[in-house]
Amino acid sequence: MRISFSMNARRAPIAFVLLLPRFLSALCLAPSGEAATPPDAAPVILIQNTTVMTVSHGTIEHGSILIKDGKIAEVGQSIKAPTGAQVIEASGQFVIPGIIDCHSHIAAEAINEGSVSVSSMVNMEEVLDPEDIDIYRDLAGGVTSANILHGSANSIGGQTLVIKLRWGQPAAKLPFEGAVPGIKFALGENPKRSNFSIPGQPRRYPATRMGVAETIRGAFSEARDYKKTWDDYHKRVAAGEKNLIPPRRDLKLEPLVEVLEGKRYVHSHCYREDEILMLLLVAKEFGFTVRTLQHVLEGYKVADELAAAGVGASTFSDWWAYKVEAYDAIPYNAALMTRRGVLVSINSDDAEEATHLNQEAAKSMKYGGLTHDEALKLVTLNPAIQLGIDNRVGTIDVGKDADLAIYNHDPLSAYAVVQKTLIDGRVYFDRDKDLASRAEIEKEKKTLTDKLKKEEKKPEEKKPEEKKPEQSPKPPALSAAPTAQARAVQGGAL
Amino acid sequence: MRFELLHRCALTLGFAAVGFLFLHPPGVHAQGGEPQYFAIRGAKVVTVSGPPIEGATIVVSRGIITAVARDAAVPPEAWVIEGQGLTVYPGLVDAFTDVGIPTPPPSAGESGPPRRPQQQARGPEDRPASSPWRAAADEVSLSDKRIETWRSGGFTTVVCAPKGGMFPGQAAVLDLAGERAGDLVVKSPAAIPLSFQTTGGFGGGFPDSLLGVLAYIHQAWLDTDWSVKAQAIYEKNPRGMARPRYDRTEAALAEALEDHALVLLPANNTVEIRRAFQLIDRWEVKAGIYGGQMGYEVAPEIAAKKLPVLVDLKWPEAEKDGDPEARPSLRALRFRDRAPSTPAALAKAGVKFAFYSGGIAAPKDILKAAKKSIDAGLAPEAALRAFTLSPAEIFGVADRLGSIENGKIANLVVTDGDLFEEKTKIKMVFVDGQRFETHEPEKPKEPPKGDITGKWKLAYTTPEGAEESTADLVMDKDGAISGSLGSSRGTANIISGYLSGDKFNFSINMVLDQGPTDVTFSGTFDGTSLKGTISVHGMSLDFTGVKPGNGVGDAAILGGAQ
Repeated sequence: MRISFSMNARRAPIAFVLLLPRFLSALCLAPSGEAATPPDAAPVILIQNTTVMTVSHGTIEHGSILIKDGKIAEVGQSIKAPTGAQVIEASGQFVIPGIIDCHSHIAAEAINEGSVSVSSMVNMEEVLDPEDIDIYRDLAGGVTSANILHGSANSIGGQTLVIKLRWGQPAAKLPFEGAVPGIKFALGENPKRSNFSIPGQPRRYPATRMGVAETIRGAFSEARDYKKTWDDYHKRVAAGEKNLIPPRRDLKLEPLVEVLEGKRYVHSHCYREDEILMLLLVAKEFGFTVRTLQHVLEGYKVADELAAAGVGASTFSDWWAYKVEAYDAIPYNAALMTRRGVLVSINSDDAEEATHLNQEAAKSMKYGGLTHDEALKLVTLNPAIQLGIDNRVGTIDVGKDADLAIYNHDPLSAYAVVQKTLIDGRVYFDRDKDLASRAEIEKEKKTLTDKLKKEEKKPEEKKPEEKKPEQSPKPPALSAAPTAQARAVQGGAL
Repeated sequence: MRFELLHRCALTLGFAAVGFLFLHPPGVHAQGGEPQYFAIRGAKVVTVSGPPIEGATIVVSRGIITAVARDAAVPPEAWVIEGQGLTVYPGLVDAFTDVGIPTPPPSAGESGPPRRPQQQARGPEDRPASSPWRAAADEVSLSDKRIETWRSGGFTTVVCAPKGGMFPGQAAVLDLAGERAGDLVVKSPAAIPLSFQTTGGFGGGFPDSLLGVLAYIHQAWLDTDWSVKAQAIYEKNPRGMARPRYDRTEAALAEALEDHALVLLPANNTVEIRRAFQLIDRWEVKAGIYGGQMGYEVAPEIAAKKLPVLVDLKWPEAEKDGDPEARPSLRALRFRDRAPSTPAALAKAGVKFAFYSGGIAAPKDILKAAKKSIDAGLAPEAALRAFTLSPAEIFGVADRLGSIENGKIANLVVTDGDLFEEKTKIKMVFVDGQRFETHEPEKPKEPPKGDITGKWKLAYTTPEGAEESTADLVMDKDGAISGSLGSSRGTANIISGYLSGDKFNFSINMVLDQGPTDVTFSGTFDGTSLKGTISVHGMSLDFTGVKPGNGVGDAAILGGAQ
């Protein structure tokens, strides 16, 4: 019952139910990550005696990975530990490239500027919340990079960015250096909003899929004019004209000009084949490409068109029927699109789902028969290519960032639990340390709670007895704690 | 328009006088017909700008300090106040407040707060929730009872800012005494405070999220910059050129920036403070932050940015009526524990900071909150500086107030001991050389029976029909009541009140149809409910009060809500 409730909730339009996952995760107890201090960089690390799943060039049994200055320096059968190296003995364990979540809404203080249907002036980078506990929870699920997207209430949503899950670092250290910035688009029910209403809010244009198309076309026509105005101005200045009033800068149109110039990726939320084809037409008209289609649950119907247009698809493993436009979803979607030559990734769109993306990828082996490596690619190399960061991450190759996840079982097994997660050669999540630190954290919490209770209650010391019951602790909540914590770290085994 | 404003002020004053007759609140009062020359002889003078001087004489002439020295000559025309056993401090400054602007403001006309537009804003071009042209200096009104309350607590000066919206208006430095509103103004504009509040959540028009708020503010600064440049180019040679559009928001912001007003950003926790760094770099404005309570984590970073900080003295606490099952995170617990150590950390890092009341309703609680930071390691001298010379420096008025020096405005607080000791009493206050003596607030005659603290729903029937208010009461050990009262007519802080035995009495002052009006609630508290009368303009109404949550309360609320 509970599971089906949360499945439905998770799958409802993210724009409107965003608070719900937040609420759900607030119910779980925070794992120890809440005492965040970034790990020290270990200049040289050797992970040895382990199964290395490189994704790019097969699996190395009893292999080793040498990490220097945050980069992978050597991958092979046997590497001798240089003097002073920190050795991670990982025999019986499995190392994969850190998981990349191509659709995430963690680490942000706000997700949706839902007031207008073109909200390209807003930028997720400005509202990053490096203290969001979901960063740590997702790290505990092996995720090392995530595409932080704006919500889907708008035909053209806000500017987006790729981050590394560097838990404990300030917001300015989260962005994935050099990654191409993005912008969120959305098609269908969420931006048109004709099948639901928000109390107190008048109907907003557009109300149909036609209107969504027109809204996007309108915005890009404006952007094209804006670009021309600036180009003309620069030309006249270059020609020596003096005393010209420059055009006004328009923060709504600037990112759209960047899209036209190919400097910003479009990540578009979509479901149905008709709206997908519509967007491809609009993009063609204005001369830009859509980098990824998100959700794209009917992608299997138009896989050839996607492949021909060079558009990436980032989909769910097997979630469907949570709203009218998701009825035609099938769990074979990822495999079918892959077989037709589309670059496919599996994403989470949800902080909890992101803690077991390895299992989500594994489902494509059952539904559609992808190979082990193909399945693994859905959450490593493929999203890396889609986000333009595959020169840095996505496989275990010399020269790439040491962003790695170490599992106790084959990561595509349901029994796999992350033991360590590394980013830039730093151990940002360590399961043993997490477990060991919990008692300490609970102790500090108790000490502080008692101290604060005393201090903050001081002026009301002579409170009559009626107050007493409120202050007595609630044992049931406390005893539930360890289970919830364990679940959070184990990756929410469903 | 100016004439109209003056006229309005005069009216306001008239009503305030009526209010006085009606209810005589405890506090400080100017002594009529006093001379303009004083000498405080033989007191301990804490100058702040220099070391304290024992047994010194301060001479005040026509509002200005004209001598401070152990052997300063007392002019023959001066009234002499014997200062043995007294300590004189510079008048305290509340560095960020709306004390001075009554709530709701005097009129909802031109100078009123931004009202919810008829049509929801569809983007930055609609200038949502912006009124940067509002000036605290224009809206200050002597009818605000808090002026007297603050003054009696030793606060001679406030940095007063309008409230509401993302660009609420321009803050002014005000001295808290004068015959006319204009007498209060020391400097305007002193700051342009920003708020990152949205216009009403999802569905309230643009912006409805922090994302949109920041995007809007970026655009507003860009537009302001553009309008200044465009106007200058146009003025040079208007012939044949399209005229740049006039925009009130741009014009007001441009003017305030030209006056070197400090742009104040809200930033309380580490994430917000670091975000503020980036915003300030991007906007290239002279800026400071307010809030600052998690400064203990980032004090060196703030110092490196050379940003002044206005520290909110309303320290974080557990939510009063919060979910008893909630288990706050370790981070939240640490914040509540460590916030008062922020001033010490800022001082150590060399950050310039000032204190502000941040919603604390009683001045003595402001000093109590500052004492907490002294207990957490802040030197008492540094605490005093954060109430005096530091805010004066931050807002560019250190040349006229903030310390006891020859030639500065005679804003003084005279106490019978150390300012931060709880038992210390403020004996008198000088504002612009005008003397105010303090009187002890009315004390309850009997110890209180029960505790009236909590959120109450008050129901009553006015000639206009059934109404209800929410009273958020806090009772001290001795029965003194503070807190606030809210209804559809607005929110007002309680000026004074007490519970004596089972009899309660508390008053607010709010702007009703005829102007600022004292409203007194008195009656009996039987332990679970309130019963009594509301007195307004000599008229009285019966009311009952219940606490939502117990069965009786719920029924009463349902009944009261039409």
